[in-house]
Amino acid sequence: MQDSLSQAWLWWIPLLPLVGSALCGALHLATLRARKSDPSAKGLSAFAPLVACAAMAGALALAVRGFVDLRALAPSARTLLSTSWEWITIGNPARPWFDVDVALVLDPLSSTLTLVITGVGLLIHIYAAGYMKGDAGYAKFFAYLNLFVFAMLILVLSSSLLGVFVGWEGVGLCSYLLIGFWYEKGWPAEAAQKAFVTNRVGDACFLIGSFLLLRLFGTLDLADIVMRMKADFRLDTIDAGTQLNLSLAALFLFGGCCGKSAQLPLFTWLPDAMAGPTPVSALIHAATMVTSGIYLIVRLNPLFASSPTVMTLISAVGVTTALIGGSTALVQRDIKKVLAYSTVSQLGYMFLGLGTGAFAAAVFHLVTHAFFKALLFLGAGSVIHGMHEEQDMHKMGGLRKHMPQTFATFLAGAAALSGLPLMSGFFSKDEILAHTFNSGGVYYAFWIVGVLTAAMTAYYTWRMVALTFFGSERFDHHHVHPHESPALMTVPLMVLALLSVLGGVLGLPPVFHVAHVLDGWLAPVVEPGKAILAMHHPHEHLSHTVEWVLLGLGSAVALAFAHTGFHAYTRGAERDLAIERGAPGVAGFLNEAWTIDSAYSRLVVMPLRLCAFTVRFVIDQLVIDGLVNGSATAVKNIAGRVRGMASGQLESYALWMGAGAALISLWWMWS
Amino acid sequence: MNVPSEHLFFLSAGLFALGVLGFLVRRNVIVALMCVELMLNAANLAFLAASRSHSSPGALDLQGPVFSIFVITVAAAEAAVGLALVIALYRLKQSVETDSASEMKG
Amino acid sequence: MHYDLLLLTFLPLAAAFAIAFTPKGAEALQRYLALGATLIVAVLGVRLFLGFGVEGTPVERYVFDAPWFTLPSSYAAPTQVRFKLGLDGVSLLMVTLTAVLMPIVILSTWGHVHKRVKEFMVWMLVMQTGMLGTFLALDLVLFYFFWEISLIPLYFLIGIWGGERRLYATIKFFLYTLAGSLVMMIAIISILWTRGTSDVFELINLLCRAPLEEQLWLFAAFALAFGIKVPLLPFHTWLPDAHTEAPTSGSVVLAGVLLKMGTYGLVRFCIHMLPGAAIAAAPVMMALGAIGILYGALLAWAQDDLKRLIACSSVSHLGYVVLGLFALTPAGINGGMLQMVNHGISTGLLFLLVGMIYERRHSRALDAFGGVAVAMPIFALFWVITTLSSVGLPGLNGFVGEYLILYGSFQASPLWSIVGLSGVIFGAVYLLMATRRMLFGALDKPENRELADIGAREIGLLLPLIVLVVWLGVSPNTFLSKTQPDLEQIHLRLAEARRALLASAEASPTPTRPDQEQSR
Repeated sequence: MQDSLSQAWLWWIPLLPLVGSALCGALHLATLRARKSDPSAKGLSAFAPLVACAAMAGALALAVRGFVDLRALAPSARTLLSTSWEWITIGNPARPWFDVDVALVLDPLSSTLTLVITGVGLLIHIYAAGYMKGDAGYAKFFAYLNLFVFAMLILVLSSSLLGVFVGWEGVGLCSYLLIGFWYEKGWPAEAAQKAFVTNRVGDACFLIGSFLLLRLFGTLDLADIVMRMKADFRLDTIDAGTQLNLSLAALFLFGGCCGKSAQLPLFTWLPDAMAGPTPVSALIHAATMVTSGIYLIVRLNPLFASSPTVMTLISAVGVTTALIGGSTALVQRDIKKVLAYSTVSQLGYMFLGLGTGAFAAAVFHLVTHAFFKALLFLGAGSVIHGMHEEQDMHKMGGLRKHMPQTFATFLAGAAALSGLPLMSGFFSKDEILAHTFNSGGVYYAFWIVGVLTAAMTAYYTWRMVALTFFGSERFDHHHVHPHESPALMTVPLMVLALLSVLGGVLGLPPVFHVAHVLDGWLAPVVEPGKAILAMHHPHEHLSHTVEWVLLGLGSAVALAFAHTGFHAYTRGAERDLAIERGAPGVAGFLNEAWTIDSAYSRLVVMPLRLCAFTVRFVIDQLVIDGLVNGSATAVKNIAGRVRGMASGQLESYALWMGAGAALISLWWMWS
Repeated sequence: MNVPSEHLFFLSAGLFALGVLGFLVRRNVIVALMCVELMLNAANLAFLAASRSHSSPGALDLQGPVFSIFVITVAAAEAAVGLALVIALYRLKQSVETDSASEMKG
Repeated sequence: MHYDLLLLTFLPLAAAFAIAFTPKGAEALQRYLALGATLIVAVLGVRLFLGFGVEGTPVERYVFDAPWFTLPSSYAAPTQVRFKLGLDGVSLLMVTLTAVLMPIVILSTWGHVHKRVKEFMVWMLVMQTGMLGTFLALDLVLFYFFWEISLIPLYFLIGIWGGERRLYATIKFFLYTLAGSLVMMIAIISILWTRGTSDVFELINLLCRAPLEEQLWLFAAFALAFGIKVPLLPFHTWLPDAHTEAPTSGSVVLAGVLLKMGTYGLVRFCIHMLPGAAIAAAPVMMALGAIGILYGALLAWAQDDLKRLIACSSVSHLGYVVLGLFALTPAGINGGMLQMVNHGISTGLLFLLVGMIYERRHSRALDAFGGVAVAMPIFALFWVITTLSSVGLPGLNGFVGEYLILYGSFQASPLWSIVGLSGVIFGAVYLLMATRRMLFGALDKPENRELADIGAREIGLLLPLIVLVVWLGVSPNTFLSKTQPDLEQIHLRLAEARRALLASAEASPTPTRPDQEQSR
C-alpha cells in the first residue's frame, strides 16, 4: 500500500459516470432552452443515453481491468489503493486532531460490487434508453442515473467510513430524485420525500456509529479499523466498557443499514419508492443501493462479529423482515409492489445470513439477487410498457402470446427468485439457510421462519407469473394493445436471464465437490470476522448428509409451492377475490404490510406534527412572545400612569428638574 | 475693603434663588431666559468666590475664573440658541407665553 | 503601516457619502456606485483571504493600529482606547464572507427595491462598514462602536422597505438587540475600569486568569448580548418577524452576516477571553444549542410561510453553531466556525431564491404554489441544490460543518450531540416538505402557469454562491487550514483554564455540608 503503488486511475471508475451525469445535465439544459421556442422540441436529449451508456461502459471496462489486476496478485495482497483526497483536516497537518482522507480501495469485496454495479447498471442504462424514450425529462433521467452510479461506486470503493457516507447519502439523494422523477403527479414526490426522510433516520444512526468508532479507534479508515480489531480487540482480552462501545457502534451502524436496506423498522419507504420509473426500481431499489447495508456489514465484519448480541439481532431483524415482506407480497395486485415486497424479503435473507456470520453467502445472494431481481423488474417494466402503463395484474393475463421474449426471460427470473433447483437463487438462498441451520440455538427458529418465507416466495412468484402471462386476457381490448418491447429493452433482459440461470456457479455448495468461487474470492476480506466468530463458538461444518437433506428440502418446498401458486392463478384472479371475501381482515392486514406503515403515521408522524404545531402556536407564540409582548404592554401601562407628570408646562418640568437636582445634591452631601 | 467670601456665597445663593423663582413663576419665555442667565451668573459668582477663598497671595487659584469664562461662553451660546427658539416659537404660535407650547403634554 | 484594512472597512462608508450627494433621480448611478464599491471591497477581501497565512505576505497588512482617545480607569494611567483593526483566523472567514456576499446582495436589489433607492444603498453600505468593523475591531470600545453602528441601518431597511407588519418587527428587533447590547456595555465599562486597557489581546491575557466569579458574570453579560443576536433559544422570537418583514436583501444580510456577529462574539469574547467561564457554562450553552436545533426545526416544520420557515431554520442551524462552539473541542470549534460560513451561504441563497419567487408571484404562502418546477426548471435546480446544502448532504458545504460539530459535541456530551442529530432528520423533513409543496405536484394554479424562469442576472447572483457551496463541501481544508493556527491558541487557553479549574478544585476539597458533619 505504498504511495508508489497508488493507482490514480481508480478514481476514473466513479468519475466517468460523474462526467456522464454532468454532460447529460448539460444536454437537458440545452433541451430546456430549445423548448422555450417549441414546447415539444427534443433538442439534444437523444444523445443522453449514448453519453450515459458510454460512461457506464468505460466504468465497467475499468472495473474489469481492476478485477484482472487483482486476480494477478496473491490472495492476501489483493488490494489496490488509489491516491487519496484529503478531505477534512483539523489541527496541525503533521499531527491532526481529526483527519479524514478518502482513497479508493479495490479489493475482492469492492471489486465484486463494482462489477455488479457497473455491469447490471450498464444493462439497465441500455434498457432505460428504450423505456424512457419520449419522456420529457429523457436527458435528465440519465443525468440522475449516472449520478447515482457515481455515488454508489464511491460508497463501495471508499477507504474511509466518511467516504462511504458520502456515497451513502449520495445514493439516497439520487433515489429521492428518481423516485420523484414524475413529480407532477404528486404522489411520487411524496414517496420520494418519505424515502429520503426514512433514510435520514438511518443515516443519523450511521453518524452515531461513526462517532463511536472514532472514539474507539481514532480513525474512520476502514482498513485501519479492521486491522485494529484484529490486533488489539481480541475477544479474550477486551474489557466490558470497550465491548459495550463496540456493540453500540455495531448496533448504530446496523441502524443505518436498516434505513438504506429497507429492514425493520425502517422498510416502509421501499414499497412506496415504486413510484419511480421502473429502471430505477431495478437499479436502485433492487440491485444496488438497497444492498449497501449488506456491503457495510461485510466490510466491517470483525466489528459485527465481535458482538454476538448484535449478530443475533441482525438475524432476527432480517428474518422478521423477510417474513413480513414475503407474506405481504402474497396478496399484492400491483406487479411492482409484489417485486418491491419481494425485495424487502430477499434483503431480509441477506441480513439473516450476515447474522450467522455467513458473510460470503450474503454477498453471494446479493449478487444473484441483483441479477434476477433486476431482470424481474425490467421484465415487469416491459410488461407495463406494453400494457400502456397498467400495473394491476388483475387487469393483465395471457400476455405470453403477445410478448414472448419478455415472457421467456421473466420465467428465468421467476425460477431464480423462487429458488427452483439449480437456478442461481436456489444456491444462494440455500447456502444462507444452511448456515442458519448450522448456527443452532435460536437460529433453528430463524431457520423455520426462513423456510416458511421460501415457501411464500415460491408461491407469490408463480402467482405473479400466472396472473401476468397465463389465463384469460382480462384487459380492455379496445384501449390496450399489448406489444413486445423493442430490442433495446429485450436484449438486456436476455443477458440478465442468462446470468440469473447460471449465476449459481459462483457458489456451488460443498457437496458438489467444486470450489465455492465467491467464498474463495472473498476469503481475505471476511477472514478477520470469521476468526473472531470461530473464537466465540466454533462449530463444525455440516455433514454431507445434512447438506443433501437441506438441499432436497429446499427444492421440494420451492417446487411444491411454485406449483400451488401457479395453478391457483392460471385461470384468473378469482382466488384473490375469494380470499378477500373469506378473510377480509387477514387480506387487509397483509395487503398493508401488517399495517406497520399506518401505525407509523398514527404513532410517530402525527404526534410529531402535533408537537411542531404546539411549539409554534403554544410555546413560541403564546408563551415566549406572550412574555415579550406582555412586558411591552406592561411598560405601556405603567407609562400611561406616569404620563400625567408630563403636563406640558415648562414650569413644572423646571420644578421637577430642580427638585431632582436638589435631591441628588442632598444625597451626595450625606453619603 | 475686604468682603468676606461667605457674603459672596450668600449673594450668589440669593441671586440663584431669584433666578429659579423667576423661571418657575414667569410665563414669558424671554423673562424665563433672563432668569436662566441670572442663575448662570450666580454660579459664576460662586466660582469666583470659591477661587478667591482657595487662593493665597503666592498661589492664585485659576480654576474658578477659567470656569466662569467657560460659563459666560456657554451662556452666550445659550442666549443665541434660546432667542432663536423664541423667535421660532413666536412664528409658530404668535405668542411667547410658555403655556402656548404644551405639545409635550403626555 | 498598511492601510488595506482601513480601506476595506471604510470604503463602503465613503461610497455611502458619495451616493448621498448624488441627485435624487439618478437611480442607475446610485446602484452602480454601490455595486462598484462593494465589488472593490470583495476583491480586497478575497485578496486578503488568499494571502492570509501564506509565507511572504507581510503580517502588518493584517493590522491597523492607532491611538484614539482615553477613558478613566481605576489606575493612575487612563485607559488608552485604540483604533485597532486586525484580521486573524477567527475573523478571517467572517470578513471574507461579508465582503463576498455584499455585491451579490446589492445586485439582488435590482429586482425588489424600487422606491427610495438612494437611501437604501446608503444604509446598505453603512451597514457593511459596521459589520466589517465589528469583525475586524481588536479594541473593545471600537468593537462596541461598530456593533451598535451595524444595528441602525437594518432598523431603517426593515422599517422603510419592509412588509406589512414592519413596524412591529423593527421595534421588536431593535429593542431586543439594544437590551442585549446595554448589558454588554456594562460589562465593557467594568472591564475598562478594572483592567485599564481596551486592547482585546491584552485583555485575553489578563482576563483568562481572572477569578471564576468575575469571569462568570462577564460571560453572562456578553453571552446575553451575543445570544440575542445569534439568536439563541429563548431569545429567538425577533428573528422570524424581522426576516419575514425584511426586504430580500435585508434578509440575506441579516442571515448571512449579522447573526454571525453573535456567534463571532461568542468565540472571540466568551470563549477566548473568558475560557474558565466558558468551561463552566458549556453544559448550559450546549443544551441551549441542541434544544435550539430541535426547537427551530419543529418550529420550521409548522410554518406555512416560506420565508418564515427559512427564518426558523436559521434558529435551528445556529443552534448547531453554538452546540459546536461550546463543545470546546477542536472538532467542535472548527466545525462551528465553518458552519457560520455555511449557514451564511446556504441561508443567504435560500432567501435570495425566495425573493426571486416573491418578485414573480407576490406571495410566500406555501399553499399558493405547487408544480413550480414545471414552470421554472432552472429555479428548481438551484432551489434543490441549496436545500441539499442546507440539509447537510455530504459533498456540499453543510455536511462538513455539521459532522464536525456533532462529532465534537459527541466527545463532550453524547446526549446533546444526539439531540442535535435530530436536526439532521427534521432538517430534511421541513425543507423537503417545503420543496415538495412549492416545486412538485401538479401545476394547477393559473397564477403559477405564467411564471417566468430566472434570468441571467439572477443566475449570476446565485452561481458564485453555488460554487462556494461545492468548494466548501469538497475542499473544506482551504478554509480550515487558514483558521487553524489562531484556533489552536484558543485551545491552549482552554487547556490552561481546565488545569486551573482542576487545581482550584484540588486545593479546596469539596466542603462537606454542615448537616452531614453534625449527623456524624
